[in-house]
Amino acid sequence: MSALLEVHNLRTYFFTKAGLIKAVRGLDFNLEAGECLALVGESGCGKSVTALSLLRLVPPPGRVVEGQVLFRDEDLRLLPETEMRRVRGNQIAMVFQEPMTALNPVFNVGEQIAEVLRIHQGLKRQDALQQAVALLKQVGISSPERRCREYPHQLSGGMRQRVVIAMALACRPRLLIADEPTTALDVTIQAQIMQLLDDLKSKHRMAMLLITHDLGVVAETADKVAIMHDGLILEYAPVTAIFDDPRHPYTRSLLACLPKIGQKQHRLALTRDAAPEKTAAGTYLDNCPAPFAPEKSKLPPLREVTPGHLVRCWREP
Amino acid sequence: MNHLLEVRDLCKTFQVSAGPLSGSHLPLKAVDGVSFNLRAGETLGLVGESGCGKSTTGKAILRLLEPDSGEICFDGENLLALSSRQMRHRRRDLQMIFQDPYSSLNPRMQVMDIVGEPLKIHGLAKGRALRQEVARLLQTVGMEATCLNRYPHEFSGGQRQRIGIARALALKPRLIVADEPVSALDLSIQAQVVNLMQDIQQQFDLTYLFIAHDLSIIEHISDRIAVMYLGRIVEMTPAEELYRNPRHPYSEALLNAVPVPDPHARRQKRPLTGEIPSPLHPPSGCHFHPRCPYARERCRHEAPALNDWGGGHLAACHFSEEVGRYRIAR
Repeated sequence: MSALLEVHNLRTYFFTKAGLIKAVRGLDFNLEAGECLALVGESGCGKSVTALSLLRLVPPPGRVVEGQVLFRDEDLRLLPETEMRRVRGNQIAMVFQEPMTALNPVFNVGEQIAEVLRIHQGLKRQDALQQAVALLKQVGISSPERRCREYPHQLSGGMRQRVVIAMALACRPRLLIADEPTTALDVTIQAQIMQLLDDLKSKHRMAMLLITHDLGVVAETADKVAIMHDGLILEYAPVTAIFDDPRHPYTRSLLACLPKIGQKQHRLALTRDAAPEKTAAGTYLDNCPAPFAPEKSKLPPLREVTPGHLVRCWREP
Repeated sequence: MNHLLEVRDLCKTFQVSAGPLSGSHLPLKAVDGVSFNLRAGETLGLVGESGCGKSTTGKAILRLLEPDSGEICFDGENLLALSSRQMRHRRRDLQMIFQDPYSSLNPRMQVMDIVGEPLKIHGLAKGRALRQEVARLLQTVGMEATCLNRYPHEFSGGQRQRIGIARALALKPRLIVADEPVSALDLSIQAQVVNLMQDIQQQFDLTYLFIAHDLSIIEHISDRIAVMYLGRIVEMTPAEELYRNPRHPYSEALLNAVPVPDPHARRQKRPLTGEIPSPLHPPSGCHFHPRCPYARERCRHEAPALNDWGGGHLAACHFSEEVGRYRIAR
């Protein structure tokens, strides 16, 4: 059986005036129904561009230049735009980091959720509004009938993110792409939202592509993890393997600099020796303290070290 | 024991517009009777979620915001009694590091001018001496003198925060208020900046008020931690004690909310229910009672006082001795 989503050799480049920027340089991953894959990396590693590439929403001067995005055995890159619009928000939904920009300030939230249902499921206005109330209730908003008539600015950050999630879930998507869904939120609210997403995932067998830089969140929600750096996957493994047996030096350094709560360290570990702050031209692979690189100019391949555990490093046998 | 900074019963109320078309204003109590002390060389972490008044407290100490009432004694001198001219002079000892390294540096100024400006304003150096001093400051924060004539946009977030730190150090202050200095940075960069702040603390004998919105990174830099909720300090204790033995339900919830980076430790969480209430209409009695799993009738009517539980552990809860029941083991 083939996976719900299969991505092969995805490449997205930005053709800027200052030159070519290869934001995504050949990604392969897949996702089964009910599974959560976390794309993890620091800012600028291409994880958000990957999400936008899947949905064909890369803003110019960016362009997906190569690759296949097979969603239920259909290549999304080859679909005509009208077909693609039927997929977006319907079978694949997205939750963005900043809930304020994802909502329209001049419509009340009930109408915004209802719009999704009217467009994708052809519901009548009244039915759609009723459904919207039910959705708000499902994401844990109290007195949903009243909230439905409120505008985004009347809601707190956590509420807004719930509305965005309700909107994303309106059509029971098979795949939810969540791009840093909790980064803008306070920690106690963050815990609520992650729990909500987790519940919905198991209840509806929804697949989730979780984009984050927070390894704590990853440990609590993901099934599989792809560690990204500079547009490439450096390590790809089940979540337990990433934390118990990280093979790539970059993954190790990311884990080492995680502050563990309740275990005071006098010095925080640094990724410095492995990955200094990314410079304009520098990449991890260039900076890798690797006397083991056979050829500096050549990219190490992503190799399977144990079943399901892939690593892109020359050193890893 | 002599304290470098003593804050007594600090209050700050903002008047916010009642509505877009309404001429009337509503009082928003951002800081509601906050008191704490700082010893020289100590780091106090001030933690709380958005709208709890932690940044307002930080700014009020430097009188970047004028408090309504209270006392701020720095080295035995009440800062609130100073004229603005005296205060300007006093600010040499009190500096601030801001959260957003993108908006806190003037994009049209070169690093040389950004870091050198405080020295110029206070007439401490000029000409070649100024240039040398700025170069030395940059070296202290781990940057090269070649950066002098570059602009902020040419640097990454971590490097910009280093520039902000160099600027704060320029006047050889004794107290630095750091308002979420690392929350805008990537994790690995956060570690670099925190380590740097610890190094310079030792080197220059600095005292920090370190403001943060969660409990993950603050543990490593703080000697003591104060937790704020809706304008009040609800718990204040030596750092290790807070993580081992929280006495306020909100601190416990904050600790539970930090994700555990261990996939084997997945568990059924009990996240705090409810939203953070608006500080415009804070709940009656104990501000935390609508979200508190320990709350009883008494909490609705009576605001708990900050009680000492021994060993410098203060908590404001009627049922402190019960707290710990919902703590998730790690």
